[in-house]
Amino acid sequence: MKLSIKLLVVLAFVLFGFASCEREERGFRVKTPDANRINTKRLTTLQAGEVIPEPDIKNEYEENAFALSEGKRLFSQMNCVGCHAHGGGGMGPALMDDKWIYGSRPDQIFATIEEGRPNGMPSFNGKLPDYQVWQIAAYVRSLSGLVPKSAAPGRDDDMQSREPENSTEKQEPKRVNAPQ
Amino acid sequence: MTRISSNLKAASLLAPASVFFAACGHGNQSAVEPSGLQAEHLSFLWWMFLAITAAVYVAVMVILVAAFFRTRRAVAEDDAELSPDPLREKRASSVVKAAVAVTVLTMFALMLVSFRTGRALDTLSQAQTPLEIKVTGQQWWWQIEYKDPTPSNMVTTANEIHIPVGRPIKLELVSHDVIHSFWAPNFHGKKDLIPNYPTTLFFRADEPGVYWGQCAEFCGFEHAKMRFMVIAEPQEDFDRWYSASQQPAPEPVTDSQKFGRDIFLKSVCTQCHTIQGTPANGRVGPNLTHVAGKPYIASGSLPNDRENLANWIADPQAIKPGIRMPMNTYSPEELNALVDYIQSLK
Repeated sequence: MKLSIKLLVVLAFVLFGFASCEREERGFRVKTPDANRINTKRLTTLQAGEVIPEPDIKNEYEENAFALSEGKRLFSQMNCVGCHAHGGGGMGPALMDDKWIYGSRPDQIFATIEEGRPNGMPSFNGKLPDYQVWQIAAYVRSLSGLVPKSAAPGRDDDMQSREPENSTEKQEPKRVNAPQ
Repeated sequence: MTRISSNLKAASLLAPASVFFAACGHGNQSAVEPSGLQAEHLSFLWWMFLAITAAVYVAVMVILVAAFFRTRRAVAEDDAELSPDPLREKRASSVVKAAVAVTVLTMFALMLVSFRTGRALDTLSQAQTPLEIKVTGQQWWWQIEYKDPTPSNMVTTANEIHIPVGRPIKLELVSHDVIHSFWAPNFHGKKDLIPNYPTTLFFRADEPGVYWGQCAEFCGFEHAKMRFMVIAEPQEDFDRWYSASQQPAPEPVTDSQKFGRDIFLKSVCTQCHTIQGTPANGRVGPNLTHVAGKPYIASGSLPNDRENLANWIADPQAIKPGIRMPMNTYSPEELNALVDYIQSLK
């Protein structure tokens, strides 16, 4: 009896260790994955004819601490902060709230960055490797608490302007039609 | 100073330790082969400490060995320890007192010399018209900006600090990511670059030459490949380099170079790199305006030749894993043209 409890504890730690492996994995040599190119041009929930369900695309970077922090670095270096600030918004809409004009799914955010959106969002098509756009998309979702807290950044390397992403309350996404 | 220093050097060569260290000195990245005012002070202090501590070490060892081989004095039949010889006791106590006094005096002298050196290091900060250069430590390269009241006269480059010989240099050391440390051992000691807290470093090069320096504070994956060069040259050579560096990048001439520029401007390169005279104005990575004139790329990791450039552009992660530059998938023709264009940026 006692032995089996001990065994369970050891097993739990081993499993815990495996879980953290994935969280801390650092992929440096990423060839631009063309398979990630996805067609998400559907900008409305209305569909003609037979309803095609929305694709369920998972962004693996949302569970990886390194990718999320790379997304955070790129968010500043590619000047997303110029309009969205550090999530609070300014010239562009806020990203830390529950309101999503063009969708909150990873592939929708990817499409928003790649294609650009009316009223100011530029297209980064061809200007960033796809994997970096996926990293930014993962970080954008962490701003409203939509990624696992165990992977989200706990602090800034630089000055902190808001509470860290891993203690952000989850904001249940809500679709809106215009910036509010 | 140099003469004393070299005398001391000769003296302490007796100690095996110094032979070891002398063998390590590569000249162009060595703290014991000074080429600047402060490094000379530091090097003098180093040799001085080495000479004195070596002498103390030898003295202690000689006394220790002598003690091993000293024949024991015949002990009288009655218990000698209970009735010590007063004359002998007195002699022993004065020997101990003298040894303590010599030790304290030596330590005190070393402290004074060290203190004096510390003060001497600061003399250049009184200089009236130093050449001001802003050095930004990045993961994992150095951005070098020559300050000038007229913005169009400023020069931005990377990993290569050209300086005129004999003129005091004032470095403004800045970091925006993590703590780095600027260390050009032939000129001065280390100085940390701390985020949100600019520091300054004054130095002067007294002999022309090419010197290496590197980051001396662990700063991430490629800390070891974060090197820079200090190129100390006569004033007229420096002026020539400076005015050439102020020019925008030369226009491409051949068709291949023109095609290369199109690729550069239309792909991911422009998000991070600047080439003056073109729309590329990213500030994340090194400024490439005159990159072809540099002897090394990748922060001193690779000689700047055609093959290395092509490998670097296609797969930088194989050369410096973890750096910010992504892998690029260009066709052989595109890569060829891109390298042609970059090699034309003299």
